[in-house]
Amino acid sequence: MSFNRKDLLGLEHLDRKEIQTIIDSAKPFKDMFTRSIKKAPALVGKTVVNLFYEPSTRTRTSFEVASKRLSADVVSIATATSSVVKGESLVDTAKTLEAMKADIIIIRHTLAGTPELLAKNLNASIINAGDGFHEHPTQGLLDLFTMFEKKKKIEGLKVLLVGDILHSRVAKSNIWALTKFGAKVRVVGPPTLIPGKISELGVEVFYNLDEAIKDVDVVNILRIQMERQQENLFPSIHEYVELYQVTKERLAKAKPDVLVMHPGPMNRGIEIDSEVADSPSAVINEQVTNGIAVRMAVLHLLALARNKGKK
Amino acid sequence: MLIQIKDIKIIDPSANINKTGDIFIEDGKIVEKLSKPADKVIDGKGKIAVPGLIDVHSHLREPGQEEKETIKTGTMSAAKGGITTVFCMPNTKPVTDNAPSVEYILMKAQKEGKVNVFPIGCITKGSQGKELAEIGILKKAGIVAVSDDGVPVANSQIMRRALEYTKMFNLAVISHCEDKELSRNGVMNAGKNSMIFGLRGIPNQSEEIMVSRDIMLCELTGGKLHIAHVSTAGSVELVRQAKKKGLNVTCETCPHYFTLTDDYVQNYDTNFKMNPPLRTLKDVDAIKEGLKDGTIDCIATDHAPHTQEEKCREFDSAPFGIIGFETLLSLTLNELVDKKVLSLEDAIAKMTVNPARIFSLANRGSLKVGSVADITIIDLNHKYELKKEDILSKSKNSPFIGRKFKGCAVMTIVGGKIVWTLKDGIIN
Ligand SMILES: [Zn+2]
Repeated sequence: MSFNRKDLLGLEHLDRKEIQTIIDSAKPFKDMFTRSIKKAPALVGKTVVNLFYEPSTRTRTSFEVASKRLSADVVSIATATSSVVKGESLVDTAKTLEAMKADIIIIRHTLAGTPELLAKNLNASIINAGDGFHEHPTQGLLDLFTMFEKKKKIEGLKVLLVGDILHSRVAKSNIWALTKFGAKVRVVGPPTLIPGKISELGVEVFYNLDEAIKDVDVVNILRIQMERQQENLFPSIHEYVELYQVTKERLAKAKPDVLVMHPGPMNRGIEIDSEVADSPSAVINEQVTNGIAVRMAVLHLLALARNKGKK
Repeated sequence: MLIQIKDIKIIDPSANINKTGDIFIEDGKIVEKLSKPADKVIDGKGKIAVPGLIDVHSHLREPGQEEKETIKTGTMSAAKGGITTVFCMPNTKPVTDNAPSVEYILMKAQKEGKVNVFPIGCITKGSQGKELAEIGILKKAGIVAVSDDGVPVANSQIMRRALEYTKMFNLAVISHCEDKELSRNGVMNAGKNSMIFGLRGIPNQSEEIMVSRDIMLCELTGGKLHIAHVSTAGSVELVRQAKKKGLNVTCETCPHYFTLTDDYVQNYDTNFKMNPPLRTLKDVDAIKEGLKDGTIDCIATDHAPHTQEEKCREFDSAPFGIIGFETLLSLTLNELVDKKVLSLEDAIAKMTVNPARIFSLANRGSLKVGSVADITIIDLNHKYELKKEDILSKSKNSPFIGRKFKGCAVMTIVGGKIVWTLKDGIIN
């Protein structure tokens, strides 16, 4: 199996084979969910720590469920209860956790590069659960997994990412993964929310959603943060909705079997019309299920790589 | 002490000298010949003597942030780097906007300093950008220039008045050019890399807008403008055009801007975080071109010490700045002279005669008879690797730790006194 890394920090530096390995190992875990006993012994005796410096019920719960289904001991630390509030540095907090024999630390942080900082300073395996505007590799992986499941192959798929590309780690991880598999990636949003150099990553840039959505196989809608309006990145939510909300009418311009995805949590009626969110094209709930399978695969592969490293 | 340096290659750009000969030092000055036999004879074979290096941009942190650096440790570090004179920026605690602060720095430097310390005063009171500081009184106390480094004067009217008012003292206004609104929250160069790394960017234009403004104000007032740490291709071009117009504008760059690019930020190593940030190869090439054609007058360090605790943090939270005294000369030799960007003479000029001229330092930056005996002796062939444990600065925030160099200072003489040698270290 071609996965020999200590950490999962992002998808940028993974090759296609490594990503394929993760996707392939997620499949049997997903199959397991339909059985009455949804538990595997892969991580018995291992300690997994969820270190969340940014509130995220969804991702944290998903990692918790994934770890528990692999029989790991799980500890979750959220900002409010951790020593961050007491002014302890991130590295010190993490070192304390390592001293308590944490094998895998899952970190979510508002600042980019924090998983790298931990990886450099700790022996524990680090999983990036989203760092600032940098990457959210397990989200990228679960999106890819979902597309594989529904479309069988990624090569040649037209995938559209809608919204705030500039501040989106989800967009970044999706772009890295999809371009490695030969998808044709489009991004659309106001120029203020699209980094000027994004086309250098091999994606096509649109400002007009009606044009961008034409004939696409997948529409992945990003969550819009309300505070971006205060930064003058767009004039009002009202105007954003007018220009970039994915509506039924707009979706009709995509391929008939289009998939609608959203990393959640959704702002219904803002970036996505409720009707679209509840339509048969939407696979948003399946993404959640797949997220657990993919995270189990990542945890399992990292644990295997650790064991190999120890021998 | 009477010193004779024998058979040394003397390079003195202030007098267009490049020859082998002897240098004589008596009463702290360079003399034609000694009045008595020398107390000490230094064999200069295979070495080069140049005027003591002058670094016009540094942060010594004293008073107020002695955990990062003190005048003592900072000047030890400078001495090791072959630097005999450092200008220190006024962003200490309290800031250097009053005469007692200037006097304190000078007194400390007199007592504990290993090299000459020349304070820079604030442009505005408290570096608040609102009212001019008492520049005349500061000048009397001993400042060599004014600057609100780090907190640039945003108000054009105030900057205009500063450039006008300082004319009567012939003081240069050193401008840290940055439009703080445009660079807000930025921690690295804005571009492809900032996008990939997920870090907020500082566009080249945040520097260039202020370079343009200050050049225009210089034209308006006829004041003396010195632009600090030029980092972008656009800034180089703006200064080039201003000089063509005959404006009273000079500028400096730092070794990291001609050595490193923003690619180095990829591991989120905070020793690659400074302001202005590391730019792209295109900018690096333009900086080299600017050094070559004389647009860039000086090479300065922007020595900015920070403790390990402050730097071992998230990239966003760590302070800007790196130390630079101990790598200034080696980087200049290896990146500019060895790579044929500058001749050795031109490279030395940018750290000696040029700063001495711009900031009107009498009898410095030269080896002419009568000059203060500030001398740096260089061995171009000495190979070494920069090791953390060898750094004399109190802080170790250098992106160059582990880098291999060829060529460095082997002896530093300040006012006729040997303050440091490669063999013995700091001499008390
Ligand atoms: Zn500055």
